[in-house]
Amino acid sequence: MTYGFQRTATGRVVLRVDDVERGLLMSVARQVMDLVQPTEASPDQDPLAAQVGWVDGDVGISDDPAVARLLPDAYDDPDDARDFRRFTENDLRQSKMQHAMTVVEEIERSGEKVSVASTDSWLGLLNDARIAIGTRIQISEDNHEELAGLPDDDPRSGLFHVYDWLTFLQESLVRCMDPALYGFSDDDVPVAEDEE
Amino acid sequence: MAAVAGSCETEAVVDASIPVEAAPQGQVDEVVETQRPWITIVWNDPINLMSYVTYVFMTYFHFSREKAEKLMNDVHHEGRAVVSSGTREEMERDVSAMHSYGLWATLQRDD
Repeated sequence: MTYGFQRTATGRVVLRVDDVERGLLMSVARQVMDLVQPTEASPDQDPLAAQVGWVDGDVGISDDPAVARLLPDAYDDPDDARDFRRFTENDLRQSKMQHAMTVVEEIERSGEKVSVASTDSWLGLLNDARIAIGTRIQISEDNHEELAGLPDDDPRSGLFHVYDWLTFLQESLVRCMDPALYGFSDDDVPVAEDEE
Repeated sequence: MAAVAGSCETEAVVDASIPVEAAPQGQVDEVVETQRPWITIVWNDPINLMSYVTYVFMTYFHFSREKAEKLMNDVHHEGRAVVSSGTREEMERDVSAMHSYGLWATLQRDD
């Protein structure tokens, strides 16, 4: 079973994963990539606009609640929101793609002890994955117990357990981030042994 | 209505050839509008971790832990918190950054 992220005595951040957890993380990262993948430029799009990542035509918030939450409106006013989205949405998609790809790369080049170099990418990906799954299972401030008690044959049950695990992972990584800055005492942060 | 003597906006609008009484209403409103700052609001949601929101506020805005936790608690208990204010361009940058971190943020004029 997982330990969560740990900081080693030399200050590195590591994550021990078994094969199942490793596969789960890869699959979760790929699902996030599917959701945030930048939209293909249409053939008749202004090439200059395409080059700088602007989206032509009418772009609105997604009908998919998970994507809508990952790429939310920046303004209440629909016209302002659409303008802002036209100029920024592809950059936001790219940044989320980059987080997920970095995580996949770091898992792929590690064994059962993942050496976590890009902590911000991991935090971003874990958060995006929790947003995607949490939105799908309609998590709220007070339905955790209800979701945790769902029978195994309920499709939301498996997703909730993955969500719960990702929550544990993200919480453990936040705690690993600069304990001095964050005000935790050394006792609060699990320290893994360096094996090199 | 407050006028700010010497500011670029005021000079651009106050044209000596137009009597003050006859200044087109639209232009005067524009001066006032540009003087109202914009704000970035972070909204509560049931997914983002309290520890992560605090971490983001400390990392991106360089707030002290105390300030970051206070704002995080405002988001959590009151549903929203104003985390920054400034020009529209600055607030658009902040909102983009919050979206990149996965926080739900919007910008608007300060009421």
